[in-house]
Amino acid sequence: MFSVNLVILIPFIVAALLPFTYRRFKKTHLGWFVLIVPIALFVILARLIPSVASGKTYVHTYEWIPTLDFNFTTYLDGLSMIFALLITGVGSLVILYSIFYLSSKESLQHFYCYLLLFMGAMLGVVFSDNLMVLYVFWELTSVSSFLLIAFWNHRQASRFGAQKAMLITVSGGIAMLVGFIMLHTMTGSFSIREIISSMSEFSDHALFMPAMILVLLGAFTKSAQFPFHIWLPDAMEAPTPVSAYLHSATMVKAGIYLVARFTPVFGADEVWFWVVSVVGMITLFWGSFNAVRQTDLKALLAFSTISQLGLIMSLLGLGSIALQFGYSADSVLYTQATFAALFHLINHSTFKGALFMVVGILDHELGTRDVRRLGGLMTFMPFTFTVALIGSLSMAGLPPFNGFLSKEMFFAATVHIMEVDIFSLPSLGIIFPVVAWIASVFTFVYCAVIVFKAFLGNPQPEKLDKPIHEAPIGMLISPMILATLVVGIFFFPNLLGQYILQPAMSSVYPTFGEAVDLTPKVSAWHGVNPELLMTIGVIIVGAILFKFLKFWKPIYGLFSSRFTFNALYSNLLASSVSKSNTITKFYMNGLLRHYLIYIFVFFIVTVGGYLFYSRAFSFDISTNASFRVYEVCLVAIMAVAAMSMLFARSRMTATLLNGVLGYSIAIFFVIFRAPDLALTQLVVESVTTALFLLAFSHLPDWEKEKLPKGTKVVNGIISIAVGLVVVLVGLSVVDFNQFEPISSYFEDAYELAGGANIVNAILGDFRGFDTMLEVVVLFIAGLGVYSMIKLRTKKEDENIED
Amino acid sequence: MKINDVILRTISRIVVFIILTFGVYLFLSGHNTPGGGFIGGLVLASAIVLLYLSTDIETVKKSLPLDFKYVAAIGVLLATSTGFGSIVFGVPFMSQTFAYFDLPIFGKTELTTVTIFEAGVALTVVGVLVTIILSISEDGG
Repeated sequence: MFSVNLVILIPFIVAALLPFTYRRFKKTHLGWFVLIVPIALFVILARLIPSVASGKTYVHTYEWIPTLDFNFTTYLDGLSMIFALLITGVGSLVILYSIFYLSSKESLQHFYCYLLLFMGAMLGVVFSDNLMVLYVFWELTSVSSFLLIAFWNHRQASRFGAQKAMLITVSGGIAMLVGFIMLHTMTGSFSIREIISSMSEFSDHALFMPAMILVLLGAFTKSAQFPFHIWLPDAMEAPTPVSAYLHSATMVKAGIYLVARFTPVFGADEVWFWVVSVVGMITLFWGSFNAVRQTDLKALLAFSTISQLGLIMSLLGLGSIALQFGYSADSVLYTQATFAALFHLINHSTFKGALFMVVGILDHELGTRDVRRLGGLMTFMPFTFTVALIGSLSMAGLPPFNGFLSKEMFFAATVHIMEVDIFSLPSLGIIFPVVAWIASVFTFVYCAVIVFKAFLGNPQPEKLDKPIHEAPIGMLISPMILATLVVGIFFFPNLLGQYILQPAMSSVYPTFGEAVDLTPKVSAWHGVNPELLMTIGVIIVGAILFKFLKFWKPIYGLFSSRFTFNALYSNLLASSVSKSNTITKFYMNGLLRHYLIYIFVFFIVTVGGYLFYSRAFSFDISTNASFRVYEVCLVAIMAVAAMSMLFARSRMTATLLNGVLGYSIAIFFVIFRAPDLALTQLVVESVTTALFLLAFSHLPDWEKEKLPKGTKVVNGIISIAVGLVVVLVGLSVVDFNQFEPISSYFEDAYELAGGANIVNAILGDFRGFDTMLEVVVLFIAGLGVYSMIKLRTKKEDENIED
Repeated sequence: MKINDVILRTISRIVVFIILTFGVYLFLSGHNTPGGGFIGGLVLASAIVLLYLSTDIETVKKSLPLDFKYVAAIGVLLATSTGFGSIVFGVPFMSQTFAYFDLPIFGKTELTTVTIFEAGVALTVVGVLVTIILSISEDGG
């Protein structure tokens, strides 16, 4: 039986197997083996296209922690289909490309392990129906992106870029998690489908607005929207296949996915419309404006990606206005913005993926990506040039390439939005077409930079380290496939529209009747209309601006580098490190006595203070059982042992006295008929005594500390107070009756868990999750002790060699 | 550090086996009577520690060539994978089950999945404890 859950798990399973199997791939490149995974997944998913196109969805649930509403539920519908096809399709091409890009000398097992990890996580994001599971996969994409950006971790810039990407996307992710929890508080469900169906009742809820903003924060940080876009250019330190895959085609589109997925939840709100569309517009403009000034082709593509992501984001915002009107013949017009967003999403992946691969080829074959050192490559690299030309022209929005179609639809959507007569759009709506047009002019200019500066003009072989030559055929296959798609989609857009985009439209607008009505016929020629005039204007003004680029380029100098978001980020990071350092140094002064004082005072204040405040300190010893002689004896022994510990001369004596205390407690457990506790206490006591003795053999002789009298008095007061609080708590617990005891549930352990030992039934079954995590913590602690001791020794050895 | 303690060495050779048997007994009996993975693991670990105390580390390493870090890792894997195991059978994470079987020698016996989980706990406890004790005692000793 087919299950989408398996599609998510397969990349993880293969990633887990890689470390054990990669040694077998000495002769062939590891990539060939890994390539099977995305291709197989793509085929599996592609076979489902017809049934998804006919409106079928696939849901499968594995119950994970049903009591907390965490279920591993996967949901395959039109929207997740688009993204899943992109992830596996572009993934296949990128892995094929990477086989020729990365030599076998690199640590390929790490590279492909991270890449598969990312692929699985990304599939998890788009297929998860449960918000908590979605969040886990979401953060996993950030983690794998971190590992991939820092793949060449000997470079400082790589580590910096990886850290920056991680910090920004993870903090957005945490904001999103809070938003998800708010959604759960409102609707009582973590399932996206259930939230969508019940959300209309909660639009006046106090948490509605905070939840929306927090979810958007997650989406904006991930999709590099202004002002969080600063991580994307630094992420370009990653190997180019990674940039093509994560930072243009898939991961940065997770935010787009989230916004599209949540449009039915929040989209009917005015704030959603304005925030999403305006942030998208600003990003669109700022990205394209900054792309023009870049001399590094990869940085140029990074800013261009930011700009294009802004374009898709703003389209989603514009499309959400249709939810204001409900389903009618008129409102369908506004849904076309969303259609254009999804269409451009696919188009962007094709042409930007091709362009990234072209830049990777230049970097790999010529040793530079700097446009100032390139030029005239057309005659030497005809295939690379063709791909670059197709990609650039499509990005600029020219026919006969797919970018033209979606760009026209984008212009059309911005023009339509002016006609809406709510949200004061008749007066403010004009900004949308204007900003869109200006940004497109800059887009045209930077596309021209790629084509003209890198490939036309005079060759400059003296500035290059390597002779100019065409790339090997293997590196060209993937970009050529993408370039073919760029042209193919232009000629057959409706095929894509009908099978891929149409089912996705009904996921974004579930209340809007038949999806067929939401799917416009895409055509290249639709008469002379505003959008066509806008495109012609872009070409003319763009060409003029490109021609006179060197005259107006100085305006970029007006932006001081001290007042950028990058500077803000660096300052924040630097000051938070130094501030927390100061604070930590203030109280972590290396004196164990002080640390113990913190712990004990905290204990007295919180436990004692709270119980005193809530008047829980009440006990009545008259109902207690009477003492027996041996109990009194034991207590006396313990008291003597504890007191004499204070006067012990050596550590050995103190440890043994401590052991006396521990064993006496064990005897108490025996007396009070708690054999489990007694056993545990006995063994723990023996082992800790051995540990103490071991550790003490490394320490110098015990000397009495000379302390001033004041300190001694304070220490005495603290220790007596701690003892007092513990005794009072112990006495009060007996009579405490503010909660219903839960022990009655566990008395049925033999029927419920098949075990007569209630303690173990609780440990292993009722609260097995706790025990499992405790085991993991114990293991981590053990590793910590081991590595602290072993690594320190090693370091000292090195010092000796110095 | 050489301790020439004949009595300790002679006795511990016999006692270690008793302790080890007791540890296994405690581990298995934990389901219905006092015992269980944690205590069983602790007792097993203390037996091994006794071995290290009475003879020296090198000798024990020769006769017991185990890397206890791996023992702990296997334990953690075992404990967590029993949790995932239940998902394969379509029931929630960490569900445990039990059944009664008629075995040839033991008669009517209860077999549970908790035992596998507890085995993971026991192995982790043994592995971590011995790792910690060994790394402290090997350090500069």
